[in-house]
Amino acid sequence: MEAAPGALTFAGAMDAKGVAPVWARALAAAEAAKGTSLALDIGAVTLWDTAGITLLADLETLHGAATVVGATPQVETLLARVHAARQVPGRPPSPAVFSLRALLVGGIAAAADGVAFLGETAIALVMLPARLKMFRMSDLWRAADQSGVKAIPLVLLLGVLIGLILAFQSLIPMRRFGADVYVASLVAIGLVRELGPLLAAVILSGRSGSAFAAEIGTMKVNQEVDALVTMGLDPVTMLVLPRLLAAIVVMPALTIVLDFAGLAGMSFVLLGDGIPQVAIGNQIAGWVAAGDLYGALAKSAVFGAAVAAVGCRAGMATGLGPEAVGVSATRAVVGGIVASIVLDGMFALIFYRLGI
Amino acid sequence: MTDIITVTDLARSFGPRVLFRHVSFAVHEGEILVILGGSGCGKSTLLRMLMGLLEPTEGRIEVLGADMATASLELRTRVGVMFQMGALFGSMTLLENVMLPLEMHTALPAVARESIARTKLGLVGLGDAAALMPAEISGGMAKRAAIARALALDPPLLFLDEPSAGLDPITSAGLDRLILDLKRDLGTTFVVVTHELASIMAIADRCIMLDKTAQGMIAEGDPRTLGETSDHPTVRAFFRREAEGTHP
Repeated sequence: MEAAPGALTFAGAMDAKGVAPVWARALAAAEAAKGTSLALDIGAVTLWDTAGITLLADLETLHGAATVVGATPQVETLLARVHAARQVPGRPPSPAVFSLRALLVGGIAAAADGVAFLGETAIALVMLPARLKMFRMSDLWRAADQSGVKAIPLVLLLGVLIGLILAFQSLIPMRRFGADVYVASLVAIGLVRELGPLLAAVILSGRSGSAFAAEIGTMKVNQEVDALVTMGLDPVTMLVLPRLLAAIVVMPALTIVLDFAGLAGMSFVLLGDGIPQVAIGNQIAGWVAAGDLYGALAKSAVFGAAVAAVGCRAGMATGLGPEAVGVSATRAVVGGIVASIVLDGMFALIFYRLGI
Repeated sequence: MTDIITVTDLARSFGPRVLFRHVSFAVHEGEILVILGGSGCGKSTLLRMLMGLLEPTEGRIEVLGADMATASLELRTRVGVMFQMGALFGSMTLLENVMLPLEMHTALPAVARESIARTKLGLVGLGDAAALMPAEISGGMAKRAAIARALALDPPLLFLDEPSAGLDPITSAGLDRLILDLKRDLGTTFVVVTHELASIMAIADRCIMLDKTAQGMIAEGDPRTLGETSDHPTVRAFFRREAEGTHP
């Protein structure tokens, strides 16, 4: 391209490759020539594609009064077609702008949706005797197998490791005070009352909450949920309740497995440190009451319900498009963990008030 | 007339099952060739082989003078494809979808890429939908956006897989008109797989017909006359919309 006062002369190939190096210069020249006459001489151009025609159209639009010189009838036709194609009927929507109000409204709407989902689930539970046909026991067993039985190896592994880590970390400061033997009671109380249910909830959320969301989300994307509704079947009873009940049942069992694995890991470290087995047993029996275990099991059942409800809710709220299922699975994991920790905080307050 | 595609003695089998064999035909520059046939005859398989996504069991395919089995990146940029469901990238807006090939294969500055992409979207009637995500548009719009993306690099050859499938007659006719406009204005050569008779009659310069029973090509020619001139009963039945077998 050659730029002279009042004229831009193009030659050679005006395809994507040919216009790439001159695009910015040509636009700058047209901008500079605004208010004066400008001839776009294309008589020596040998090859056109829509990239070249688009540049020509951009130059005409930008300058406002440019004239094209040397165009063949075919180029004129293409130029007219490109101009027509770029007549956008409406303004494109403006890009998303962060707004506190939108965030607040979105948060309130999401909370309202969550409450509505809890209400639907409660209604489905109350109506279950009347809708027993819709409740498939095979789904309940499958969900219990997926989230319970198949999670046991992972729970065992993490439990043993957590017990080991807690024992190692506690031994050093406790030894300073000659209180090595109390590591057993310290770790046992921490595991049984707090870490057992919480870690089991995190594992359930990561393994099963996301799976619930992905399963139901895929059904939503494939319109299987719509099909259930059109067949007069309640999706909450058919899809949510089996998973919810399975999670409530398996969570206390997983918690017990994790507790015992943690205690085994801790015992391994303490035995290695020379603390006798009977002393470890006495410490655990003396400091951990049956009430601690019952409270933890009650908590874990509630955590299980929360994780399953968050996962199923994320699945039922799955949007459109290929990303939607992934987004739902992420929401299920994050939501499940957050819900479990928030509930744990509430339990801590209640247990403190009750003196348990 | 230059041949843009030459197919010679092509065969494709899946294990012991022969889908078709001895298929030979050519696609001339600037024409719209329609590959048609009943369900399961191998239309989409043949198209995938023409695109270089599937290797032939036997035979040879030459596209734009090069063997498709060893297609270079340069050759791929000269061939546009519209998949049956559009295959738009869900995480990008329509504009970004169309800009992607320009970004990957040209040295155009960002402002030029956007301007060209807007032109392409405008050409397919989606100038006002540039900022939309694929999940927000209808099936017909997705197909038009997919054509815009396929046109991004101005390829001389465009493959369209079932462009009318799942569309209402008005949208389908609009798409047919778009294909004819692009052929006229840009001189693009099209290879289209479809079994929509109305669409075939509207756009095809020539067609070839595959048949499951014959395991190969049973007709080649102008679809407007093939129904009358062909001796093959399946060809006649196809164009007369007659069911095979005996029905009351």
